[in-house]
Amino acid sequence: MDFNFTEEQVMLREAFAQFAKEEIAPHAAEWDEKDYVPMEIVPKLGEMGIMGVFVPEKYGGVGLGHVERCIALEEVARYSAGLAMMVFTHHLGLAAILDYGTEEQKQKWLPGMCDGSCVCGLAVTEPGGGSDVAGLKTEAVLDGDTWTINGRKCFITNSHCAGVTVVTCRTGEDEKGRPIMSTIAIEAGTEGFKPGREENKMGLKGSFTGELIMDNVKVPLSNTVGEPGKGMPITMKELGEVGRASMAAIELGILRACLEDAVAFAKERILYGKPLSKLQAIQFNIAEIRCDYEASRLMLYNAAAMKDAGKVGAEFSMAKYFASEAAVRSARRLIEIMGGYGYVNEYPAGRYLRDAIGCVPSCGTSEIQKMIVAGETLKKF
Amino acid sequence: MNILVLIKPVPDPEREKDIRIDEASGRLVRDGIPMVIDPESRNALEAALQLAEKSGREQSCVFALAMAPEQAKDKLVEALAMGADEAYLLSDKAFGGADTYATSRTLAQAVRKIEEDKGFAFDLILAGTSSSDGGTSHVAVQTAEWLKRTHISNVCSLDVNGGTVTAIKRSEEVMLTFEGEEPAVVGVTRDINKPRFVTAVGIIKARKKPLTIWSAEEIGTCGDLTGLEGSPTKPGRLFEPEQGRAGEAIGDTPEAAAAEILQIIRKAGL
Repeated sequence: MDFNFTEEQVMLREAFAQFAKEEIAPHAAEWDEKDYVPMEIVPKLGEMGIMGVFVPEKYGGVGLGHVERCIALEEVARYSAGLAMMVFTHHLGLAAILDYGTEEQKQKWLPGMCDGSCVCGLAVTEPGGGSDVAGLKTEAVLDGDTWTINGRKCFITNSHCAGVTVVTCRTGEDEKGRPIMSTIAIEAGTEGFKPGREENKMGLKGSFTGELIMDNVKVPLSNTVGEPGKGMPITMKELGEVGRASMAAIELGILRACLEDAVAFAKERILYGKPLSKLQAIQFNIAEIRCDYEASRLMLYNAAAMKDAGKVGAEFSMAKYFASEAAVRSARRLIEIMGGYGYVNEYPAGRYLRDAIGCVPSCGTSEIQKMIVAGETLKKF
Repeated sequence: MNILVLIKPVPDPEREKDIRIDEASGRLVRDGIPMVIDPESRNALEAALQLAEKSGREQSCVFALAMAPEQAKDKLVEALAMGADEAYLLSDKAFGGADTYATSRTLAQAVRKIEEDKGFAFDLILAGTSSSDGGTSHVAVQTAEWLKRTHISNVCSLDVNGGTVTAIKRSEEVMLTFEGEEPAVVGVTRDINKPRFVTAVGIIKARKKPLTIWSAEEIGTCGDLTGLEGSPTKPGRLFEPEQGRAGEAIGDTPEAAAAEILQIIRKAGL
């Protein structure tokens, strides 16, 4: 058993970290303050290989796995969890096309998604709720070879910048009246398809979150991602594996930010004539943050390695649940360590807390994760 | 165009505070400090890649050469990931403890061997002028002297046209332009360019690029010409000078402080 990263993964992390330090860190506070989405950085993310890190080389990707994808997200989120949200949702929609799309769809969309010229999105949540996928109302009706789609999605990341969005739609009912769902890709600019309200969020700024409105949108049957009627398992699989892994990776980035900032502050700040780090009460807080970070790291990368080996179960839910709660705890602890400095916006501790809170409901609340973990646990033990 | 870049792995300059000097041996204690490619070596590699791209990447080659313990191999993989085509690592206990005289002599010997093996001479050898650890600014120049090639250091702008090397060097007050003929050895500074990032694709491509490790014997050198034995420099006592300065608070108000500052200046006769 070996919990170490390979030499290549270490080098990849260093490369992504260098990029994040130079291209993201200097701007992260400004993006947050101005609620600005830095679209100009997307081609650079493409060039770095972050946008298509897990996509095979024949579609313009790097050809690596989900461990490397999580490394990329952790490094981006270390400085901007908001920007990492854009990348994660892009991976989520892209994964649906990669895993279930036709060869034609892959050839058409994946190269642009890898080089950063096309951002991808995945739209599931509706005003009626997010976790209740079976209760979705957006409807697609097939007439010949054309879908007509009507409905409204909300809280959709990349709502205002995605070139292609994979939309989960109700496409019928089975004999027992249960909904049949399909996933359909809609390109930006398609008539009747437009972003609606852009949300004014508490945190996770640096990415768009908003509505998507579909008013008699007509797309060809060939835009169906996966088999018609298989939308539910496709959506649940991508949310469950790619989505929750991503959220845990973003939370891990926030946790590392809390850890590094806590240590730096405690070493520099002098109180009672000595550094804060000499005080046992501060050391206890630092130890708690470190434990939260290390536990989250092990849970996430273990799950990602299992996914790459093709045998992941509820591990991503465990990692997501643990890391999201840990990130909130640690951001609060950082603020406590920093005292007044933690509360003023000159320092990023407040941003970490707002971002960490925003991560909790994304891709399933903690309660949903616990239900999934409990479900698997009750079967397994 | 064929270019060789001298790469120096150094302890991470961002961890400067953690680097100590061993009083007994007078050497840097590098244990526990991660190694990185020296920042100016990175600039040299970027300059080489840009020149190769300008003269036609397919017809050019960029090689990287380092003398370092075998653990530093990943720094050469990083150079390959940045875009170098081939890399050579000189690694042998016999190289340990080398001063710049022995280091440059060993590097020059390796350059001759690469050129002999490949059947061509490098048009240019690029290096950082001054490394972030030793900072002697000797190695590029000394390597050129061993090879009897034109050299110039502290270069902040570089171009090559028809075998003529044009280098601009910044001095305190003026910019000096030099011209020389290939083959030449050029030491660059950090303001020559912004090195490109290592990308994920670059790392994947590096898997397939050749990286050769040579011992002292393999490059045809031996103990008394290299390493500690071949080094005439004998370091004296190394210590960190006391840099603390006594601070003094003056004036309760800005006006009082201004008056007091004026008095201090006058008293100092400035």
